[in-house]
Amino acid sequence: MTKWPTNSDKYSVLLPTYNERENLPLIVWLLVKYFGESGYNYEIIVIDDGSPDGTLQIAEQLQKIYGHDKIVLRPRPKKLGLGTAYIHGIKHATGNFIIIMDADLSHHPKFIPQFIEKQKEGGYDLISGTRYRGDGGVYGWDLRRKLISRGANFITQVLLRPGASDLTGSFRLYKKNVLESLVERCVSKGYVFQMEMIVRARQLGYTIGEVPISFVDRVYGESKLGGNEIVSFLKGLLTLFATT
Amino acid sequence: MTKLLEWLFAVSLVGVAWGLVTFDLLDFQFPAVYREVAWPMPVYLLVVFGCYSLATVGYRVATFNDCEEAARELQGQIQEAKEDLKKKGLKI
Repeated sequence: MTKWPTNSDKYSVLLPTYNERENLPLIVWLLVKYFGESGYNYEIIVIDDGSPDGTLQIAEQLQKIYGHDKIVLRPRPKKLGLGTAYIHGIKHATGNFIIIMDADLSHHPKFIPQFIEKQKEGGYDLISGTRYRGDGGVYGWDLRRKLISRGANFITQVLLRPGASDLTGSFRLYKKNVLESLVERCVSKGYVFQMEMIVRARQLGYTIGEVPISFVDRVYGESKLGGNEIVSFLKGLLTLFATT
Repeated sequence: MTKLLEWLFAVSLVGVAWGLVTFDLLDFQFPAVYREVAWPMPVYLLVVFGCYSLATVGYRVATFNDCEEAARELQGQIQEAKEDLKKKGLKI
């Protein structure tokens, strides 16, 4: 197999957005800053699901500022879910690596060069940002939220023994072909979708590296983790337990 | 094999071993002390696992990193970004 020179690696950042009019310019600015400083080749693919707040218009302005090669717009008519957003994004990605992250500033682009370096170091198929190891952590969570998070993660570790510390995290770097093959096979939704990706990755023998990240939750005050989410998480977990 | 099947398999193995010793199913004529120790083992192991779980989760919650520094840094960068973007012509 040909060994590609490292400067032909290109990183496609997928940003699914829904009503991120305020955050989108900020996350793009940070991405441009850290990719610029690191020298890696990149593009940012904004997948807006018909946001009523004008997110797409802001994205168009960003395109004018940073260039159509760096900011790629692939909008969809309405909210269609994360799995299909990834598929849609991958189809238009010109990079050989895909970075998935949240557009609400809870994931900080400063970790992306660390993801990239870790991936090069070990040749990993995917890199997972973890809040639970090393100096990873969270800002803005009260005791209740931390308890639920650690408790859920503990149960997941016991039942699934997944070989990764943070399964519900969604700040990750994938080789493009790896992401493609995983998204094809995953059927769950929400938190469980991210968990299923890691579990299936292990099943298929893909290698997983981890990088500690800080997760700054500015949204928590508005969207509490309620009984419904917990129940559907447990249902999803038990389904994975019984089927993988 | 799914995780569920692995668990059922492991539990069956342990269950058979426990049953063998506690009820002397194959008539090995174990000394009485073996049966006395084996009999409460399942409950004992569950209790140990329960305590381990509580201790582990408790420890992990207590040592969950609070990223104060990261939040401050983000706030600062948000300001910087807004100013820079305005200069570049972004209209909110």
